[in-house]
Amino acid sequence: MMNKNLYNYILGVADNSLILGQRLGELCGHGPSLETDIALTNISLDLLGQVRGYYQYAAKILGGNASEDTIAFIRKERDYKNVLLVEQPNTDFAYVIARQFLFDVYHVLFLDQLQHSRDLTLSAIAKKSLKEALYHKRFSSDWIKRLGDGTDESHSRIQNAMNDLWVFTNELFQLTEADKEMLNEGIGVDVTQLKADYYNQLNDVLNEATIEIPEVKFFQKGGKEGVHTEHMGYILAEMQYMQRAYPNMEW
Amino acid sequence: MTTTEQNIDNKLIPILEQVSDPEIPVLSIMDMGVVRSAVLKNNKVKVEITPTYSGCPAMDVIGDDIKKALKDEGYEVEIDLILYPAWTTDWITPRGRKALEDYGIAAPLSETADKEALLGNKRIVKCTNCGSTNTRLVSQFGSTACKAQFQCEDCLEPFDYFKCLK
Repeated sequence: MMNKNLYNYILGVADNSLILGQRLGELCGHGPSLETDIALTNISLDLLGQVRGYYQYAAKILGGNASEDTIAFIRKERDYKNVLLVEQPNTDFAYVIARQFLFDVYHVLFLDQLQHSRDLTLSAIAKKSLKEALYHKRFSSDWIKRLGDGTDESHSRIQNAMNDLWVFTNELFQLTEADKEMLNEGIGVDVTQLKADYYNQLNDVLNEATIEIPEVKFFQKGGKEGVHTEHMGYILAEMQYMQRAYPNMEW
Repeated sequence: MTTTEQNIDNKLIPILEQVSDPEIPVLSIMDMGVVRSAVLKNNKVKVEITPTYSGCPAMDVIGDDIKKALKDEGYEVEIDLILYPAWTTDWITPRGRKALEDYGIAAPLSETADKEALLGNKRIVKCTNCGSTNTRLVSQFGSTACKAQFQCEDCLEPFDYFKCLK
């Protein structure tokens, strides 16, 4: 019998990388400079590579005709379990960097735990991905400092981006049903334990970057349960177009 | 440093050495360290390869190239992609490092070499054109997932640096 909780757990992890990878992919040829364009699409490629590992495993669990492609391309919006943060649009370069930084710090903490999972496949993917995520975090942290401690214009833009995206951070530390089950089995990560470390690390970098920590009374949530912001539909429309228009097409 | 035993049948080594990285044609996949095992049983070969980077598009091509090279020699082939233990630049052989340098790609040094270059702390990445270490990091991300961009401050040559992955 298929392990539904494990399947859902994998999607919860992988969908974050898929949607963020897709968002970053939109910047291909549109980055503010050649170097940042290449960097952001490189990060996108790393994330999509990680996703392949997760989805191939999920497809094995699902069995039948499932493949990494059917899981990536022909689910409905409500079936995607990514957090709201990663689907937020590429408003300007400051938003791209702020979103990346807020995710990278979490991603490193998360993978660092997932590599100790009792599930050998997840542990292997995490060990591999961690090396890449550390690189991503270094890139986004450096840019947070450059923008925050740069010109008045760059400072105000990154501050605005941070103020707007901060409401999506708390969702990262919510436990879903699948999370709880997998935690009991020694497979999943207790994300609630990462929260203090996460906000401490954000504080350190933002202080150095002279960016004020946003004060937020109400945090957004829903993505992990499949309830997304208005941006998600547009991402899926673009991402799924080919498979919807030409079912089962292959590259 | 991660060390793991490679388990490669001696008979297969000369064939596998003929297969090169599609992005860096001077580098054989054996010198790159991506072949973790190649076991021969009767006429069947089972090869395990590991990706350098998760999203490296070259991996599919490398798998196909290995298959073709072995089939041409009359073997039946099965390729498995394994993720653990994760690949590290430590697995690139001395011969591979030399091939990279000759090709114009600086070989990986230490995990923070590019960051140190960015901050101007330590300049250890050597220009592949003139050998000067007076080089600077242009971008931590380069033309492929595994490379960063550098430029020599003396001869002004831009060049790739193979990122260190431990």
